[in-house]
Amino acid sequence: MKAKINYVLSTIILGLILTYAGEAGNIIVKGSDTLVILAQKWAEVYMAKNKNVTIQVTGGGSGTGFAALQNKSTDLCNASRKIKTTELQNCIKAFGKRPLEFPVALDGLSVYVNTENPIKELTLQQLEAIFTGKVKNWKEVGGPDAQITLYSRENSSGTYEFFKEHVLKGKDFASSAQAMPGTAALIQAVARDKNGIGYGGAAYGQGVKHLLIKKDDSSPAIEPVEENIVNGTYPIWRYLYVYVNPDLYKGEIAEYLKWIRSDEGQKIVKDIGYYPLPKNLRSSN
Amino acid sequence: MNHNKLPLQITKPWRDCESIIFTGLCFLATLVVLAILVVIVGYIAVNGWGHITWKFLTSPMTQDIFDASRTGVLSLAIGTAAKVILMTIAVVPVGAITAIYLSEYSSSKSIFTKVVRLAINNLAGVPAIVFGLFGVGFFIKTIGSTIDATFFSQSSGPVWGKPCLLWASFTLAVMTLPVVIVATEEALRSIPNSLREASYALGATKLETIFKVLLPISIPGLLTGSILAVSRAAGEVAPILFTGAAYYMAGLPKSLSDQFMDLGYQVYILATQSPNIEKTRALLFATSLVLLVLTLALNLVAILIRYRMRSQNKN
Amino acid sequence: MNKDTKISLALTRVQFNWTERILELGILLISATTSVAILMIFVFVGRESMPVIFGKSQLDASQSIRSVEDLHKMSAKEIMTYLGLSKEEYNSLDKQSLRELMLLKIETARDASKDKDAFINAASLKYLFFPHQWTGYDKPVFIWQPVSEIRKFNIIPLIVGSLKISLIAILVSVPFAIASAILVSVLVHPKIKEVLKPLIELLAGIPSVVIGVFGLIVIANIVQSVTGCVFRLNSLTAGIALSFAVIPVIFSISEDALSSVPKSYIEAAYALGASRWKMAFQVVMPAAFPGVFAALMIGFGRAFGETMIVLMASGNASILSASILDPARTITATIAAELAETVFGDPHYSVLFFIGLLLFVFTFILNIAANLVMGHLRTRIEGKK
Repeated sequence: MKAKINYVLSTIILGLILTYAGEAGNIIVKGSDTLVILAQKWAEVYMAKNKNVTIQVTGGGSGTGFAALQNKSTDLCNASRKIKTTELQNCIKAFGKRPLEFPVALDGLSVYVNTENPIKELTLQQLEAIFTGKVKNWKEVGGPDAQITLYSRENSSGTYEFFKEHVLKGKDFASSAQAMPGTAALIQAVARDKNGIGYGGAAYGQGVKHLLIKKDDSSPAIEPVEENIVNGTYPIWRYLYVYVNPDLYKGEIAEYLKWIRSDEGQKIVKDIGYYPLPKNLRSSN
Repeated sequence: MNHNKLPLQITKPWRDCESIIFTGLCFLATLVVLAILVVIVGYIAVNGWGHITWKFLTSPMTQDIFDASRTGVLSLAIGTAAKVILMTIAVVPVGAITAIYLSEYSSSKSIFTKVVRLAINNLAGVPAIVFGLFGVGFFIKTIGSTIDATFFSQSSGPVWGKPCLLWASFTLAVMTLPVVIVATEEALRSIPNSLREASYALGATKLETIFKVLLPISIPGLLTGSILAVSRAAGEVAPILFTGAAYYMAGLPKSLSDQFMDLGYQVYILATQSPNIEKTRALLFATSLVLLVLTLALNLVAILIRYRMRSQNKN
Repeated sequence: MNKDTKISLALTRVQFNWTERILELGILLISATTSVAILMIFVFVGRESMPVIFGKSQLDASQSIRSVEDLHKMSAKEIMTYLGLSKEEYNSLDKQSLRELMLLKIETARDASKDKDAFINAASLKYLFFPHQWTGYDKPVFIWQPVSEIRKFNIIPLIVGSLKISLIAILVSVPFAIASAILVSVLVHPKIKEVLKPLIELLAGIPSVVIGVFGLIVIANIVQSVTGCVFRLNSLTAGIALSFAVIPVIFSISEDALSSVPKSYIEAAYALGASRWKMAFQVVMPAAFPGVFAALMIGFGRAFGETMIVLMASGNASILSASILDPARTITATIAAELAETVFGDPHYSVLFFIGLLLFVFTFILNIAANLVMGHLRTRIEGKK
């Protein structure tokens, strides 16, 4: 312990004098917390195979990643959502062109209900009506006579934005929807609430029931499993992105991005809880 | 002077029902309050103790931050320690000097003194999240950006104009300033004037008296204040949310302009962001237990020092 | 300093030492730090919220969109206003970048909502405080949905949420805190007091994030099983968890106030034949009342400003409701949850700083009022002595 204290003290003293030095062969990756664990895994595996490259990964949120991209303090930006207009504007102001956008993984969003809930499937229209607050009781969609409890995410979450844009078609969530701070909290809440309904990553969610989703009344009900998410038949899925300054897209950075999107890189995606890109979007090596 | 030493016939009005019921209720209330303390500490301890192993305490954070079997709290402990040490370096001189001013130089009639006292009382009541906003608006966006523009304009990105260890520590220093000032001033004021007069009589100037005679004697008070400040800062999460805490980073911060991982922030992340609640439970409680033990131990030490100081003064 | 010391000083200070004078000036300057800090908090938080106060946020205004070819015809000033560029930004961009920005503007306008509500400056004071009937709603409502095609920044649900949860916390903590304070200051033997008081104040040493975890897991379950409520995380759960953090604050200050009541009051009460109950409740409490009241105010300020506990235990739903079993969203939790993802300079960012400013001003006023009340207590007790 004493050695650690000494280390910290000397770091502090040195830190007061040191300037921040960038190292050659160094790739900096910043952005989404959703992607940070996956990004770190990619970095670890890549660095093990290419000893001359160091990759630093930090989180902070998609917004932080875009901010870093704008002020050039990162090479790659991880994002769980598409870039916003203001961020595009700032990027153009910073390096004169739009950043390149690469999908690097798929995320399927499941709709969770309690295991005791008899409902097994819902259409997208029913989901929209439920989460905007138009439908307030389970009996309106074929369930028991009970008030629906809505569980949503904080509006800073990429999941929230995606769900709102694609399932709610841009309408507002009902005010009564509780904003859970993370997947764990949401799943825990739905697991304890007989009448709860929520949404989140399809790979997580042990302890709750995943609903089968129908695109509309006449479509088949699709289960949120890997096959259906990757081939697009399951209707609620999104890409996870990496953005990069076009001027930097060469040399090691380009190689790294190619590797992430290759079959080798995509093998790792499953371990972290996301889904690999379909074959047509991968880079060929 | 305690009223229980008065003659018995005056002080034993126990015979009436009202007093018994009333005292009983107050006693129950106090029991409930103490029970809250015991229950919270006990709950965390019981659930977290099983996971506390030497390995857990000394292994660094791995990228499996939610996996109880593969990660440890060392990075968190070092991050928290670094933040707290830096904060102490910043807050103790400023706090001690302000306390010296208030106790040795100020007159209770001057407006400046009134303003300073008002400011101290108010600073103590400012919400923690407002300090976080202040840290972003002042330290990061104003001071950090100015430093970057003046010294680091060639660098490829913000060096000091971003969340980092230094600004998080300074933000906490501003937040805990009142604690240090109040404790030090209390200690300085309890020194009898005869000591000051003796020092002057021996030819010392005022500053010499303060720094060579009074300050050394008031060190227990200063220590109490610093320890209470450290205990509060170690557990606060809101001020460091945007000024320096990292969700995950590999390794330790290598300079003051790096982010850091923190115990309190990690407890919040573990409780709300984990993908598998059951696997993370043990980790959540163990990390909470480490944080709790740290802050309670510091508080107890401060209480003990204060107790010894007071009993010494009585003699 | 009393008169004796001043006389001693006059007799002994022979030298006029420049270094000492400078050092003493330094002490004076450093002591101003706390006051400067308060001022700076006000200034720098206020600075980021100025766009809201002065209504200058850059939400989509109904500009007419120009085609990219117009770039040749527009003067530098026109381009700067149209694209929202500052002088430095304009000078640093080349023709290609300007073309890209124009293209982006056309695309954004094409994809943006054509709804009339999309063009209001929702981040202005009017829409922050007053209800509005947005598209898709059938009556004027108070809505906080800052991430949306049509952004809504009404802060009334947040203010009500903070007030509701803080009130619940105060109501729960006051009986216990004050009863314990009475017991510890007046009803027990001083030796027991020396043990009890630090023990209760130890409660203040529990980090709020740990109390939040406890509330999220344990208190929510208890509240749900006792009341059978629909929402497990609600104002009551958050209020109870919050009271754990507020009790030590109210206890400390009340206990100090009660202990500072002169012993002569107590002796006089006994001498007049009062029972213990009458002495505590009808003599000491009224005498210390300003201090206890100040304790309540400071406790309320603490409850209002607490972040982590409400972030984890309140459900964070921005509804306007009087029921304590409904979830609520507080100002503090909103800032904590949303600031990280906002873009610097965006209206959302400015609004979050604005509510932070409101929070600061509110607790500031509360603290000053509490100080005045405490001062009143001091003069009352010392005056009558």
